[in-house]
Amino acid sequence: MADRRLSVTLRQPAPIPLDVDFACTPGDVLAIFGPSGSGKTTILRSIAGLYRPAHALVRSGTETWSDTAGGIFAPPHRRAVGFVFQEYALFPHLTAAGNVITALGHRPRGERRSRAAELLAAVHLVDRQDRRPQELSGGERQRVALARALAREPAVLLLDEPFAAVDRAVRRRLQDEIDALRRTLDVPLVLVTHDFEDVIRLATHLLILDRGRTIARGTLADLMSRPDLPWLRDAVGLGSVFEAVVSRRYRERGLVELRFDGGVVLAPDRALDEGTRVRVRVPARDVILATSEPPGLSLHNAWAGTVSAVHADPDADRVTVQMAVGGLLLLAEVTRDAVARLRIEPGASLHALVKSVSIDVV
Amino acid sequence: MDWEALRVSLVLGSGTVALLLPLGIWFGRLLAVREFRGKLLVEALVTVPLVLPPTVLGFYLLVAFGARSPLGRAFQAIAGQALPFSFQGLLLASAIANIPFVVQPIQRGFEAIPLDVRDAAACCGLTPWQRFVRIEAPLAWPGILSAVILTFAHTLGEFGVVLMVGGNLPGETRTLSVAIYDRMQAFDDRGAGVMAASLLAIAVATLVATTALARRAGRRRG
Repeated sequence: MADRRLSVTLRQPAPIPLDVDFACTPGDVLAIFGPSGSGKTTILRSIAGLYRPAHALVRSGTETWSDTAGGIFAPPHRRAVGFVFQEYALFPHLTAAGNVITALGHRPRGERRSRAAELLAAVHLVDRQDRRPQELSGGERQRVALARALAREPAVLLLDEPFAAVDRAVRRRLQDEIDALRRTLDVPLVLVTHDFEDVIRLATHLLILDRGRTIARGTLADLMSRPDLPWLRDAVGLGSVFEAVVSRRYRERGLVELRFDGGVVLAPDRALDEGTRVRVRVPARDVILATSEPPGLSLHNAWAGTVSAVHADPDADRVTVQMAVGGLLLLAEVTRDAVARLRIEPGASLHALVKSVSIDVV
Repeated sequence: MDWEALRVSLVLGSGTVALLLPLGIWFGRLLAVREFRGKLLVEALVTVPLVLPPTVLGFYLLVAFGARSPLGRAFQAIAGQALPFSFQGLLLASAIANIPFVVQPIQRGFEAIPLDVRDAAACCGLTPWQRFVRIEAPLAWPGILSAVILTFAHTLGEFGVVLMVGGNLPGETRTLSVAIYDRMQAFDDRGAGVMAASLLAIAVATLVATTALARRAGRRRG
C-alpha cells in the first residue's frame, strides 16, 4: 500500500548529531544498524514525535507528522505509531490486558477487552492476560509490548533493540514471530539494533549509522554483496546474505540442501523442513577462490562464477572480490598475493569453494 | 482536653493538604519532568521553609501579611479582615511552611517513572491529561501519599509559625501543639499530658494508615 509509506529526513548538528534520509514501504523491514550511541534510538523517537530534531520531515502516507520547515508537528498521541521500547516500558500498575487496552482508545469501549484478548492470543499470551509485568518473563513482556504496539493499529511499527533483553532461545522465537508479522502486517517496520544477527534474520533493507550519519543504505542483499564497505568489514565482517529454500534433507549425511538463485548450497542439517525459507550468510573470509574445481576435497560447495568487482582497500592487505554466481553476488576476501597469482580481475572465470560448516543458516 | 484546639488542628491540617496538594502535584511533576534554566534555584527555594527556623519563617510571613504589605492590604480589601492572627492567615502560613513537604515527595514520585514509560503512554494514543490520570498519577501514588501524610503530620506539630502568625486565639488559631505549651505554662501537667497523648495517637494512626495504604499499593503493583 503506497499510502502507508514512511519517509523520514532528520538533520541536526547537535546535541545529538543526525543526518539521515530514508523511506520504508509496507512489508519492508528497515534495520538501522550501528554501534551504541550512534543515534539509532533518537531516530525512532523522532519518528514517534518524542524527540524534535532541528530539521525534520516525517511523513506517513499522506499525513505529515513533522515538518520543521512548514511548522508542522503532530504530538505523539496523534501519530499512529506502534513503538516497542528497548526495556518494553510496560505500565507496571496494569495487567497485560490493561497494558494492551490502554492503546485501544480508538475502539468503542465495549470492544476493547475482547480486542485485547485477541491481540494477546496472537502473541501466545492468552493465559497471561491478568498478570502484571513483574509476573511475566522477559520474552512474555516483550510480547505484551508487541501486542500493545499493534493494538493501536499503527501506520508504522518501530522496534528499539527488541531482543536485547531476552536470552538466545527466546530471541530466535521472537524473531520468527516478528518475521511472520512482517508478512501479514501491511505497515513499514523500522528495527533498531546493534546486533547484526537481528539484521540478517529480519531486515529487508539496511541503513548503517555511525555517529548519526548514514554510512550506507539499500536492500540487505545489495549492501551485503558490496565489496567496498570497510566499516561493515571491521564491525561484523563481510559476507553475502541471500534467501534460499530448503530443497532436501540428507539426514544420514547430516546435511541440508538449500536452493538459491544461482545453484544449491549444502549446509549442516538444522532440523529444517523441506520448503522452509531461510537466509544464508557466507562469510567472505571463508570463501576460497580457485581457477579450476579441484578434485579430492572434503568440500561440498563449489560454484562457478564470474568476477564482477575487485575492491582493494588501501589500508588493508586484503582484497575483496565480488563474484556473480547465477543471480547471487558472492564476496570473497583474499590476499593481494592471491589476486596477483590467480590474475583475478573483473570478467575472470573462477570457482568459489566454501566449506559447508562455514555456511550460516538463519 | 482542649477540643476546640483539636478541631482547629485537624481543620488546619486537612485544609493545608487540600490547599497544597493540587499545587504540589502540578509543581512537583513539573520539576520532575521538565528541564529549564534556573531549575536548581527553584528547587533550592522550595526547600527554604524546611531549613529556616520556624520563628524566622513566621516573622517574614507576618511582615508579608501585615497591613503595610500589598498582600496584607489586598486580603483586607477583599475579605474585610486582616490576615495576621486569623485562621485564614494561619492556613496560608501553614501552606507556605509545608511547600517542601508536598513538593519534594511528589517530585521524587514522578521522577521515579521511567521516561520510556511516559513515552509509551503517549505512543498508546493517550492525551497528556489521560497520561497523567491513567499512568503517571497511579505510578507516582506513593509519593503523593507521603506528601499528604507528611504535610498533615507536620501541620499538626507546627508550633513556631503558628505562634508567630496565628497567635493563640481559642477556636481560631490555637492549635493542639500550642495548647499543650499553654497548659504547661499554667502547670497543668495532666491537661498537657492528655493532649500530647492524643497528638501521639493521631500521629501513630496516620502512620499505620499510610503504611497499610502503601503496602496495598505495592501489592497492586505486584
